[in-house]
Amino acid sequence: MKTIVIKGARILGGEPADILIRDGVFAEIGQDLSGDETIDATGLVALPGLVDLHTHLREPGREDAETVETGTRAAALGGYTAVHAMANTDPVADTAGVVEQVWRLGQEAGHCDVRPVGAVTVGLDGERLAELGAMADSAARVRVFSDDGKCVSDAVLMRRALEYVKAFDGVVAQHAQEPRLTKDAQMNEGAVSGRLGLNGWPAVAEEAIIARDCLLAAHVGSRLHVCHLSTAGSVEIVRWAKSKGWDVTAEVTPHHLLLTDDLVEDSPVGSYNPIYKVNPPLRTRADVEALRAALADGTIDCVATDHAPHPVEDKETEWAAAAMGMIGLETALSVVQEAMVETGLLDWAGVAERMSFAPARIGRVADHGRPIEVGAPANVTLYDPAVRAEVDPAGYASKSRNTPYQGRALPGRVVATFLRGRPTVLDGKLA
Amino acid sequence: MVFSLADSVSHARGGAHAVLEGPDINRALIRISHEILERTKGAQDIVLLGIPTRGVYLARRLAAYIRQFEGRSVPVGSLDVTMYRDDLRLRPARALGRTELPADGIDGRTVVLVDDVLYSGRTVRSALDALNDLGRPQVVQLAALVDRGHRELPIRADYVGKNLPTSKSEIVKVCLEENDGRDAVLLLKEDDK
Amino acid sequence: MKRHLISAADLSRDDALLILDTADELAKISERSIKKLPTLRGRTVVNLFFEDSTRTRISFEAAAKRLSADVINFSAKGSSVSKGESLKDTALTLEAMGADAVVIRHGASGAPHRLANWVRGSVVNAGDGTHEHPTQALLDAFTMRRRLGPLDGRKITIVGDVLHSRVARSNVLLLSTLGAEVTLVAPPTLLPVSVGSWPCEVSYDLDAVLPKSDVVMMLRVQRERMNAAFFPTEREYSRRYGLDRERVARLHDEAIVMHPGPMNRGMEIAAEVADSPRSTIVEQVANGVTTRMAVLYLLLGGADLGGEIQ
Repeated sequence: MKTIVIKGARILGGEPADILIRDGVFAEIGQDLSGDETIDATGLVALPGLVDLHTHLREPGREDAETVETGTRAAALGGYTAVHAMANTDPVADTAGVVEQVWRLGQEAGHCDVRPVGAVTVGLDGERLAELGAMADSAARVRVFSDDGKCVSDAVLMRRALEYVKAFDGVVAQHAQEPRLTKDAQMNEGAVSGRLGLNGWPAVAEEAIIARDCLLAAHVGSRLHVCHLSTAGSVEIVRWAKSKGWDVTAEVTPHHLLLTDDLVEDSPVGSYNPIYKVNPPLRTRADVEALRAALADGTIDCVATDHAPHPVEDKETEWAAAAMGMIGLETALSVVQEAMVETGLLDWAGVAERMSFAPARIGRVADHGRPIEVGAPANVTLYDPAVRAEVDPAGYASKSRNTPYQGRALPGRVVATFLRGRPTVLDGKLA
Repeated sequence: MVFSLADSVSHARGGAHAVLEGPDINRALIRISHEILERTKGAQDIVLLGIPTRGVYLARRLAAYIRQFEGRSVPVGSLDVTMYRDDLRLRPARALGRTELPADGIDGRTVVLVDDVLYSGRTVRSALDALNDLGRPQVVQLAALVDRGHRELPIRADYVGKNLPTSKSEIVKVCLEENDGRDAVLLLKEDDK
Repeated sequence: MKRHLISAADLSRDDALLILDTADELAKISERSIKKLPTLRGRTVVNLFFEDSTRTRISFEAAAKRLSADVINFSAKGSSVSKGESLKDTALTLEAMGADAVVIRHGASGAPHRLANWVRGSVVNAGDGTHEHPTQALLDAFTMRRRLGPLDGRKITIVGDVLHSRVARSNVLLLSTLGAEVTLVAPPTLLPVSVGSWPCEVSYDLDAVLPKSDVVMMLRVQRERMNAAFFPTEREYSRRYGLDRERVARLHDEAIVMHPGPMNRGMEIAAEVADSPRSTIVEQVANGVTTRMAVLYLLLGGADLGGEIQ
């Protein structure tokens, strides 16, 4: 196999170094290295290949919105080498058969590793446990289980799920949303929802479930992962649970680190534009500040995209009729740079921890989220933080265009991504 | 011809040429009121309807002179023609003037429309349409303080204060004490605007 | 004025006064034998109603027809909309028909904002979900002004289901723009959590507010709210927040009673109160046509502002 030398990359933003890749692993790191192929990485930051804990690839069932092929292309272009495919497909990924299908589609596409997430309950109905063990034992080796899109709101069922997955070191990733408090909810409940006459989505609906689940996880001694924290109160609860030594982890999406609910009222793309409709909803500036601080201090372990593609007809509607969700794989690193790095809250080592090491740990993804050091699998992303460009989804690999950043300038660009030493992206394009 | 006070004052100071001063305007109005009395046989059954804004003040002045000469008051009203204009789409929607008819209405009467400047004739055309929706006068006549020519419709005035030959590039401004703080008719060049 | 009338917040104080003054002039026209004006001849107004509201549709229709506009009524029921056609496709259809104005009533808050992206004509919000109903607020302000004179410093009390009321939202915005002092009275469950940030006062005690009110506006309370635990029973609601004869007696002599209709007699308002001389409920209907004429004239009566389509 040919050797590749990445010349002059700043590993985690440090001093320039050369990285020699041979046989899919980092063979040597130093100065003046040479190989069969040379990639000039002068000025670029080298990060470990990013790992996403929360991606909606939509296949099977909604191939009009995204497929494993298009979604993993988008992932590679965003610097990801592994993504977790959420279970809310059609059919739901609640059996070994479906998760193996998704896993195989990922293998065949080859742009990044696809780790299927298994549903906690059959059909996401919140009534009976799915065959979690069968999914864990399948070729897809599922470790993360989630009814994402819906909350496992039944306390007994949640308790059982938390207990049951201990047998195979699994984790339940909870979509924390008390369903009764959020019936017909449309956006964050606050001053903006009151003015706009949109049904409010109170912070307490998220926080009450997180508090309950932390207590349950402590009680049964299991692992809990909380999806997409969106409120300052949620941060406080997770901080408290961690202070108790409980095994609770949490993620935040890029959009919750940058966008606020007042965009629903007034934005460059008008009022009531459902491009900003998302679950959980965009919150207030105070929530954004709390989430950033929590990601910086480690209360929130990782960034997860909640990449949620929707076809244009599901967004070009009145607000109430629109689908919830935003695409995010191709902008995640840029948004994190703007929200966390340029604000001085995280350095590039911190970004590597929050976007690669931690999610790989939580998802038990072997061979991902490893430091860039000799002997480790050569999963690496070369990123140019110096550029700044207006977001134009026309060129995105994702099948959908529902980005909330259209027309906004964001920093940075993924120049290259390597999966086990093989380039999936070179010069900002699919290799 | 609606101009704000601030406009007319500043233009007047900017060297605009006054065609008529206050005394000229009064003389013209006195003459018109005599003519109305003659033509309508002592102003029997007449109604003076001013077209807002300045036409209304002129109508009131004419009524005052008629009362002075004849010792009898003549009904005065106002007729806003905005909703009947044919040039509405050329400008942003404008505020409406007041339409106030005398209590006895206009049916069977001799209505004298009063306006400050007669130009294209389009305002008068609108006024005739508006009158049509309000009742059926026996006769409709027209009085204008200034006739500046350039008619675009077959309309003429029955009573004219002053015939003022103008070029289309000129602007005629009527200032009245009641609205503008002074009486004058000004002739401005377009670039003074 | 802006090109659209979607929210009462679109109106500056000058805009609002211009509409009310224009309506004052137009009110005279409804008193004469020929009630029609040629002003909007050749213009097309589409009434796009996704919710049944005969009274509002008829009011807009009469207003447009008195200004000689062509009126197309597009009711969602029995049309392609009920077969799943999207709002956007409906908008494109209207655009192809050359609508100069679209009057839209829709069950979803914000639907008129969305529509405004897809049509060139003016969009007039005739009620969107639980958001706003600006022409109702204008006709209410017009009615108050006719009875009470200028609204500066007037004390206006709005009572009932503020949380779900588009009438309340528009009225709070418009009346505060016009200098009135608005007080909302409702059980706490029927007020938005953020009501403290609105330009008005809030009270839970109707009896305390009545003596200083110049206007009491009662909002319709839907009985279904009871099932969602917003209040325990109709009887309790009526006892605490209904306007009956005893409560009316606390008002000063000139104070008026308003209701946007349709009323639940015996629930939020007693029949004898609704029919009393203080009540403006019938005037409100007549004033609706006049006010909507003023809005249509001011939006459509001038130069075409030619909106952009996204």
